[in-house]
Amino acid sequence: MDKNRKVHQFKNPVLNWIEFRLPIISYFKKEYGDYPMPKNCNYFWSFGALATITLVTMIVSGIFLAMNYTPHTDMAFDSVERIMRDVNYGWLMRYIHSNGAAFFFIIVYIHIVRAMYFGSYKYPRELNWILGVFIFLLMMATSFLGYTLPWGQMSYWGATVITNLFSAIPFIGEGLKTWLLGDYNVGNATLNRFFALHYVLPFVIFGVVGLHVAAVHVHGSNNPDGIDIKTNNDSVNFFPYMLIKDTVAMCAFGVAISAVIFFGPNLMAEVDNYIPADPLVTPAHIVPNWYLAPFYAILRAVPDKLGGVLLMFGAIVILFVLPWLDRSKVRSCNYRPIYKWFMMGFFVNFFALGYVGMLPAEGLYLLIARVGLLYYFGFFFIITPFVGWIEKPSKLPLSISDVYSKNITPNIGGGEKGIPSPAMQKDTNL
Amino acid sequence: MRLLLIIFLLFSSNLFAAEMSTEKMPKHDWSFKGVTGTFDRAAIQRGYKVYREVCAGCHSMKLLYYRDLIDVGFSEAQVKVIASEYTVLDGPNDDGEMFERPARPADRFVNPYANDNEARANNNGAYPPDLSVITKARKYGVDYIYNLLLGYVEPPKGMEVGNGMWYNKWMAGNQIAMPAPIADGSVDYDDGTDNNAEQLSADVTHFLHWAAEPEMEERKNLGIKVILFFIILGTIVYLAKNRLWRDVT
Repeated sequence: MDKNRKVHQFKNPVLNWIEFRLPIISYFKKEYGDYPMPKNCNYFWSFGALATITLVTMIVSGIFLAMNYTPHTDMAFDSVERIMRDVNYGWLMRYIHSNGAAFFFIIVYIHIVRAMYFGSYKYPRELNWILGVFIFLLMMATSFLGYTLPWGQMSYWGATVITNLFSAIPFIGEGLKTWLLGDYNVGNATLNRFFALHYVLPFVIFGVVGLHVAAVHVHGSNNPDGIDIKTNNDSVNFFPYMLIKDTVAMCAFGVAISAVIFFGPNLMAEVDNYIPADPLVTPAHIVPNWYLAPFYAILRAVPDKLGGVLLMFGAIVILFVLPWLDRSKVRSCNYRPIYKWFMMGFFVNFFALGYVGMLPAEGLYLLIARVGLLYYFGFFFIITPFVGWIEKPSKLPLSISDVYSKNITPNIGGGEKGIPSPAMQKDTNL
Repeated sequence: MRLLLIIFLLFSSNLFAAEMSTEKMPKHDWSFKGVTGTFDRAAIQRGYKVYREVCAGCHSMKLLYYRDLIDVGFSEAQVKVIASEYTVLDGPNDDGEMFERPARPADRFVNPYANDNEARANNNGAYPPDLSVITKARKYGVDYIYNLLLGYVEPPKGMEVGNGMWYNKWMAGNQIAMPAPIADGSVDYDDGTDNNAEQLSADVTHFLHWAAEPEMEERKNLGIKVILFFIILGTIVYLAKNRLWRDVT
């Protein structure tokens, strides 16, 4: 215990009373009030906040759903429909939850794209990136478990296909699969444990998100130019400058997700999942959630089952070591003339993998999946280290405030003659 | 091995899909389409009559209650009468015996068969699917159901239709166990609406879509308000943001 601790003084005596016992007020002031953000951060930097909002929304709507859901193979399907029909605003909770999962992945994918393109994973934010990939992994597990719960045809067969992957592991595979399922086949025991795990994992995610945020606050956020904050003039305070930007982003996101929730709530769902699970009838197409399709495409691109499983998991595990594969000191791809295009190619390739992952693995689709698989791993193992070695990056700006004032002038000041530039306007206001 | 089998299934089913996709699913003009689309209560009531007189002989609607019909414009008294025409098994009573009684509005739609096995036994081994959420459970939804009901045409030359099967140009694989359920005049309407096959099919599909998404009108209504809220709040916040950031140079 530190007897010489300097206690922050506030005007409000209640705050002082709390602060003296638990310095939470000064913590929030430091981390969310005066916390410096690079002032050139664009709306890509709002997706972390959007992801947090979505996570909380998913947890809250999920708790309400769990109050009315029955995890039993005979009743699960009907209980979900009962929520939609007889529970007050149950349809709203369920459509928020099912579409929220898809939007959660869209947001997190954009968040990852941003981190990759602008080099946010590099020194000194490697651990932050690792925690992020870990969150992504937990999210995939959670969404897979949740997809099983409505106990429709796709729930049942998706669970069957994915749990079967474990049986590919030599020697212990079959035993491991049985242990995971609690039965020899996907059944009531499986549904019960999947429900229990689906309920608890979001709270684990929440905890890791806390670490993820704490870690980014140590060295501060990266920015589109990938250069560090040097002076106070390079940054703005989180409150109110970034908070208001995040709020604008939240409203735009609200419009987008509401359009789907209220006017096309089943657009992103598989129709087969409105058919109750039937172990005797295999659906024509077994497809995963579309947001997991790129990894499913990788799985199916490999003729060997064990190889496919290893590569699918490898595709995620490889992300953990990305900070050490990329040896370039320049963070932002805006200043990396060669790597930038390979990076864009990686995003397009990932999208293409997702597209063929939803289609039958045959003919041209299979070929695209295989080429995509090669590029996916080639990007990490060959392109990333090699380009970092041969590429000559363009000249980095001296400071964030430099690049910010250059960016902003043509946007606002470049109008008709006679209108003062924003800098002059500001002077007259003062 | 099972994975290979599944890949094979994916492969083979795509062949069917390629075969079928020669003709595009025609789109019917539904009153509930679009952002402000609403259900046509009269069409749902007529559609319920079609369901009751034609479909209900084989197809259950386990998720619906008779009381739900109040939402489509039947009065409580009418719903009581409708329900009382069915018999449900209740009990056990104080003597420990099961007994039959007329259905009440709080009962679920009575199943035409005692169990799935009886349903199969009575239908050549084919199970008539439950229709509660059928328009959500098929690709193209309402348009698929509507066209399927009218899709019984002569099979193309050289095609063998299996025993007890019928040719339908919209069914996956083109063979369906259900004989053509609807023809011109199969059901008499009380309100004088023309009862040709197209009208009957459209009405029963309208009814089925209401059954699958009874919350649709409330949902769209709330959706407009929520989106307006986000647009208005977003605009205000955006203007405030511009004002705030003007001083950041």
